[in-house]
Amino acid sequence: MSTPALDFATWQALVQLHADYAAAVDSGDWDLWPTFFTEECVYKLQPRENHERGFPLATLSFDSQASLRDRVYGIRETLFHDPYYQRHVVGAPAIRSVGDDGIRCESHYAVFRTKLDGLSTVFNVGRYLDRVVQTPGGLKFAERLAIYDSEMIPNSIIYPI
Amino acid sequence: MSAEPIAWPAGDTSRIPFAVYTDEALHRQELERFFYRGHWCYVGLEAEVPNPGDFKRTVVGERSVILSRAADGTLHCFENVCAHRGMQFCRKRHGSGVKEFVCPYHQWSYTLSGELQGVPLRRGVRQDGQVKGGMPADFNTKDHGLTQLKVATRGGVVFASFDHDVEPLEDYLGPTILAYFDRLFNGRTLTLLGYNRQRIPGNWKLMQENIKDPYHPGLLHTWFVTFGLWRADNKAALKMDAHHRHAAMISTRGNAGKQSDVSQVSSFKSSMALEDPRFLDIVHEDWWGEPTAVMTTIFPSVIFQQQVNSVSTRHIQPDGHGHFDFVWTHFGFADDTPEMTARRLRQANLFGPAGFVSADDGEAIELSQCGFEQKPGHRALAELGGRGVEETDHMVTETLIRGMYDYWRKVMESDASGAAA
Repeated sequence: MSTPALDFATWQALVQLHADYAAAVDSGDWDLWPTFFTEECVYKLQPRENHERGFPLATLSFDSQASLRDRVYGIRETLFHDPYYQRHVVGAPAIRSVGDDGIRCESHYAVFRTKLDGLSTVFNVGRYLDRVVQTPGGLKFAERLAIYDSEMIPNSIIYPI
Repeated sequence: MSAEPIAWPAGDTSRIPFAVYTDEALHRQELERFFYRGHWCYVGLEAEVPNPGDFKRTVVGERSVILSRAADGTLHCFENVCAHRGMQFCRKRHGSGVKEFVCPYHQWSYTLSGELQGVPLRRGVRQDGQVKGGMPADFNTKDHGLTQLKVATRGGVVFASFDHDVEPLEDYLGPTILAYFDRLFNGRTLTLLGYNRQRIPGNWKLMQENIKDPYHPGLLHTWFVTFGLWRADNKAALKMDAHHRHAAMISTRGNAGKQSDVSQVSSFKSSMALEDPRFLDIVHEDWWGEPTAVMTTIFPSVIFQQQVNSVSTRHIQPDGHGHFDFVWTHFGFADDTPEMTARRLRQANLFGPAGFVSADDGEAIELSQCGFEQKPGHRALAELGGRGVEETDHMVTETLIRGMYDYWRKVMESDASGAAA
């Protein structure tokens, strides 16, 4: 497979987008999360089983930046949960295609969870399937699917992956 | 195995000893008496195994079983333990187009209905004109099938039991609960939307109790109370079967945003508004009748959810006294429009291990178990709405929890090892 060409500035911006996203969702400043997406974005957190078997159900399925802000409100105001830190480790994006609808790329991720009185554990591992578009505000995710191998969720997922 | 009897400090079930959640010997006895004898357990939907040669691996209690559809279309459920050396031979979680099940260890093979059909080298090998080895002459494959479970289906839902003397499924559910079962599973073909799985570090009964507890949803779940989906002043009814083991919590949505006794609670947020209101794009379906939510607990293994347009089964799979796996199967109906399917999927954001509403429940259960383990000689209090067990037309009561433990005590405290049913 030949890798589609991307100029260096765009590549650098794409890598920066991935790194900034990971830093943002691990920072505890949840308001940052929706700003990485377009207004009409799609975000899904989906078990690999459903993805591979063609089942539409996702653990979380949002299709607007507004619905991501609703999730942020939920995390901060309405969802009771045992607080934890999370830490994303994200691999370099592999470019799959570059076209009028944006850059399609994928990357592997691992998220570690650390509860306040506990040890750090592997929380959720998988891969992102992304479509990234150029906007006046820089590169944004028009689509981000987090397809996770960790189908048996350790109780619950509260914060954004 | 028999567990030490435990003391119920109030005499009735309004005080629940923490030992019922922390004692491993009691847990083993619960498995025997509730999951393996005298009861039906949920194993799946017919829509998961629609065609001959389809199978699904699941569990009854802590035992791995296989649900299989044979060539003649009949459903079978058998234990995932090879009749030869006991290997748990099936590792795939599902499959289709299967002709037989083969244990990889010595290649004993079984039909789709679990009968032993092939034993390699059964008649030995011929060497120097002599037959050497092989199974004894009186070995009969008919005696060595996989352990069969009794199977019952209704409305596309499949139950199984290790106990072949178990009462018919309809009698097991009883007429009151059967009516709510039939409301949801009224014969329409189900379509599978997908799964969510979570491991909750708490005793399995806590999930039954969670859905027999109409007190918490309007308090813990801000979404429910603020948008009127579930609040204490909604029109409601709590129903049980004659044994008090199964229950239905029935609620009719109303009062969204209204001020009343329930809006005094701290989780009520009168200013809360959704930026994307499609999460609550609720469309009434004819089959609902008046209620907008019916949550049915079938003891011991499953919960059937209808919360407005979101419908699912939630399978309780115990793993020791302190953990269970909770498997959500969301479905729809074959006559759903694409818009209705999209609506069910969007409302699914409220439920499951990350749901706006349900993620709370797993967290509350985990931290309850922490409290029990810290103080195993203590007891929980369940006397909201009185100390007895009765059906009600309101939600400000823990009667269904008391009812479940009333049944629990009958079965667990009986001398006979069988169920009281």
